[in-house]
Amino acid sequence: MLMSRSKLSAAIIGLAVPWLPVVPAMADYGLNLPPPVSPIGDEILSLHNLIMLICLIIFVVVFSFMFYSIYAHRKSKGHKAAQFSHSTRLEIVWSVIPFVILVGMAIPSTATLIRMEDTSQADVTVKITGYQWKWRYEYLDHGIAFNSNLSTPRDQIENRSAKGDNYLLEVDRPLVLPTDTKVRFLITANDVIHSWWVPELAVKKDGIPGFINEIWTLIKKPGIYRGQCTELCGKDHGFMPVVVDARSPEDFQAWLAANKQEAAADASAAMAEWSMDDLMAKGKEIYGACAACHGAQGEGVPNVFPPIAGSAVATGPVAQHLEVVMNGRDGTAMQAFKGQLSDTEIAAVVTYQRNSFGNSAGDAVQPADVKALR
Amino acid sequence: MATAEAAHHEEHHHPSGIMRWITTTNHKDIGTLYLSFSLMMFMVGGAMALVIRAELFQPGLQIVDPHFFNQMTTMHALVMIFGAIMPGFVGFANWMIPMMIGAPDMALPRLNNWSFWILPFAFTMLLGSLFAPGGGPASGWTLYAPLSIQGGMSVDMTILAVHMMGISSVLGAINIVVTVFNMRAPGMTLMKMPLFVWTWLITAYLLIAVMPVLAGAVTMLLTDRHFGTAFFDPAGGGDPVMFQHIFWFFGHPEVYVMILPAFGIISEIIPTFARKPLFGYASMVLAVAGIAFLSFIVWAHHMFTVGMPLIGELFFMYATMLIAVPTGVKVFNWVATMWRGSMTFETPMLFAISVVVLFTIGGLSGLMLAITPADFQYHDTYFVVAHFHYVLFSGAAMAMMGGAYYWLPKWTGHMYDEKLGKLHFWLTAIFFNITFFPQHFLGLAGMPRRIPDYALQFTEFNVMSSIGAFGLGFSQLLLVYVVVKCVRGGEKASAEVWDNPKGLEWTVPSPAPYHTFETPPQVR
Repeated sequence: MLMSRSKLSAAIIGLAVPWLPVVPAMADYGLNLPPPVSPIGDEILSLHNLIMLICLIIFVVVFSFMFYSIYAHRKSKGHKAAQFSHSTRLEIVWSVIPFVILVGMAIPSTATLIRMEDTSQADVTVKITGYQWKWRYEYLDHGIAFNSNLSTPRDQIENRSAKGDNYLLEVDRPLVLPTDTKVRFLITANDVIHSWWVPELAVKKDGIPGFINEIWTLIKKPGIYRGQCTELCGKDHGFMPVVVDARSPEDFQAWLAANKQEAAADASAAMAEWSMDDLMAKGKEIYGACAACHGAQGEGVPNVFPPIAGSAVATGPVAQHLEVVMNGRDGTAMQAFKGQLSDTEIAAVVTYQRNSFGNSAGDAVQPADVKALR
Repeated sequence: MATAEAAHHEEHHHPSGIMRWITTTNHKDIGTLYLSFSLMMFMVGGAMALVIRAELFQPGLQIVDPHFFNQMTTMHALVMIFGAIMPGFVGFANWMIPMMIGAPDMALPRLNNWSFWILPFAFTMLLGSLFAPGGGPASGWTLYAPLSIQGGMSVDMTILAVHMMGISSVLGAINIVVTVFNMRAPGMTLMKMPLFVWTWLITAYLLIAVMPVLAGAVTMLLTDRHFGTAFFDPAGGGDPVMFQHIFWFFGHPEVYVMILPAFGIISEIIPTFARKPLFGYASMVLAVAGIAFLSFIVWAHHMFTVGMPLIGELFFMYATMLIAVPTGVKVFNWVATMWRGSMTFETPMLFAISVVVLFTIGGLSGLMLAITPADFQYHDTYFVVAHFHYVLFSGAAMAMMGGAYYWLPKWTGHMYDEKLGKLHFWLTAIFFNITFFPQHFLGLAGMPRRIPDYALQFTEFNVMSSIGAFGLGFSQLLLVYVVVKCVRGGEKASAEVWDNPKGLEWTVPSPAPYHTFETPPQVR
C-alpha cells in the first residue's frame, strides 16, 4: 500500500513536471509528532495523544448520531418529520458534559505547563540570538560564541544538483549540547522576531528584539536533532535551520576545551597584520552571509536590497563602509554585524566587498582598524 | 393606496446601466454588488493560493523567489479575509436581513452605497501594492512589527487599504445594527428573528468593537515607519509584542466575524431540508452571544510562544478551552434538528451538512491548539494552516456557497442547475480534504508555515496538498458557471422555492421584486 502510493505520486510527478531537473528521492514521512528525547517532550506527546484521542471519540460519537439520522430520517424512505424543537434538559446535559471533559484536559495540561516554565537550576546556559537569517549561539559561562548558517548548497535549492538527505536542515556549525544536563536557553533576536524550534526537544520560543525569553530542556539521548525557524522573518525565513548536536557530558567537556583553544588562536590572529590575499580569501568565505540579500555577485535585489557592485558605500571612503557593516542601517534589513563577526572577519569581508564584483578600491582593511572602531 | 404607490415606483424607475450600480441605494442591488465583489476576490485570492501551492509542489525553488512567495502568502490572506469572506457575508446581510425582518430596505441606504463603493478603491490600492517598488507586503497578513517596519512603500499602501476596509466594515455594521433595531415588522420580536439575523447582529457589534483596534495598530505601525515614533521598536523603548497583543485583540473577534454569519446561514438551511424547526433556538442565540463574549478574552492564544508569564498562559488556555462549550452546543443543536426529520439532500443541504462536519474538525483541532504545552509544538506549523482552513474554507466559504445555492432562486427567479450544483459540491468537498487534511500531518511532523521550500520528508503530503489545491481551485470555476447560468435563465422558481420553508423571504415572489415589504407584514 505504501509502496504503491509513493510509486503513484512519483509517477504523477514524473508526468506532471518533466521540466523539473531533479525528482527528489522520497524520504520517510511522519504522521504524528516525532519521538521526543526530553522529559517535557514525553509529557507533551502523551498529552497530545490523549487529547487527540478524546477529540476523535467525540467526533465519532456526535457524527454517528448525525449519519444515522441522514441514513434513517430521510424523505425518500418516507420518514415523517417530528416537530419537537427544544429541550432544556438536553441543552444542560450537552453543556455540562463537554465542560467536565475540558476540566479533565486542563488538569494535566496545567501540570505540564508549570514544569515547562521552570527554568531554575540549569547547569549550562546558552544564549541564542536570531538574525536575518542565521542563529548565533553563545555559551555564556565559557566565552564561546559562533554563528550557525544553512550549509545546503545553492545548487541543491535551485535544482541544479541532487538534494542531500538533510536538505535545508543542515548547518555549518551545530549547537553542541550535553545530554542528561539541564540546559537553559536565553532567546532573543537582533532584527525581527524569530522562533527557535527543535521538535524532538519540544522547545519552541520566540526570539524578540529587545527582550530575552527563557526556556529549558534536558536531552536524554545523544544524537543530531534538527529544527527550523518558525516565525516569519523575511525572505530567507525558510532557510535558517536549527541543528543540535547532543553529546555525552564528557564529550561535551572535551568539545568545550577544544573550542576555547580555537577562540584564543583567533584572538592572536586578530593582532597580526594580514596580507591582501589572505583577507580576500577569508572575506570570500564570510561573504556568504551577505549574499543572502546582496546576491552572490553583489547584484542585490532591485528596490529591495541594494547592490554592492559599484555602490557608493563600497567604492567610497572605508570609514563609512565599516560604519554601515558594523552598525547597520536603521529601519532596513541591514543589521549591525559588529556583534556577530570578529574583527578579523569584518576586516576581511569589507576588503573583499571593496575589491570584488568590479569594485576596485584597492585598500586592505586590517583587524586592528576594526578594533579601533569598537 | 398600496397599488397606487407601487405604480408610482414603477414610473420613477431607477437609472439603468452602470449608473444603476454606482448610484444604487437598494439593498438588493448592493447585496448583489457585495456578492459579486466577493466572488471576484475569491478567484483572485485563490489564484494566489495556487502560486503558493505550485511552488510547494516540489522541494527546491522552481517558480517564484522566496520574497515573492512571502508576498503571495500575505496577499492571499488579506484578499480572502477582507475581500472574499467579509464582503461576502455583508452581501448576504444586505439581501436577506431586510427581507427576513419584513423591512423595505436597510435603515441607512446612502451609507450602504458608500460602504460598498469604498471597497473597490481599497482593493485597487491593496492589489496595486504588488507593483510598488520592491513588491507587495511580505510580512504576513498579521503585519508583525518589526518585520513590517522593514517593508517598502507597499506596506504603507496596505495600511491605507486596511483603513478603508475598516471604515467600510464599520459603516456596514452600523447599518445592520440600526436596521435590526428599527426596521422590524410589527410582531417580529427579537426572539422571533431568524438566526441569520441574530448572528449578524452580534457580528456587527464585534466589527464595531474591533475594527477600530486594527486601525489603531496599523496607524501606530505607520507612525513608527515614518514619523519617528517607537511603539514597537525596543531601541526607542517600544515593544514588538505589544503589536501582537493589539493585533490579536482585533484578530480573534475577527475570526468570529468570519464564522458567526456562517452559523446563521446553515441554521436557516438545515431546518428547511430536515422539514423540522431549528432545535434549541434560544440556546443557539445564547451560544452565539457566548462565543462573541469569549472572543474578546482569548486573543493571546495566538501568541503562546512570545514568552508570557505562566499565569497569563494559564488564563488564555482556560478561556480558549471554554469556547468549546457554546460551539459544541451549536453542533449538537444542528444534529438534533436533523434528528427524526424528513431529510432531502439538495445542494444547499449538502453544503450545510459538510460545514457541520468539517467545521467540527477545525473546531476540535482548535481545542488541541488551546492546550498551551501542546501548542508549543503546533504553533506556526502546517497544523495551524490546516486548522484555520477547516474553519475558514469549510466553515465560512462553504457556508456561503450553501447559502448562495439556497437563496439563488429567490434572487434570480430561476432554479440553479441541481446536477451541476451537486457536482460542484462533491468536487469542492473532496478536493478540500485532499488539500488540507495532509497538512495536519505536515505540521505535526515539523513543517513550519510560510516557508517557500521544505525538507525532503515533507514531500509526499505537499504533493498531495498541491494536487488537491489545483482541483479545488478549478472546481470553483464551476460555481461561477452555475451562478451565471442561473442568473441568465432556468426553470422558474416558485415563491416558496423549497418544500414549505420558514421565513418572510419566502412569502414574496421569486425573483424578489425590487422593493419588498413597503407595507410591513404582520408577524404572529
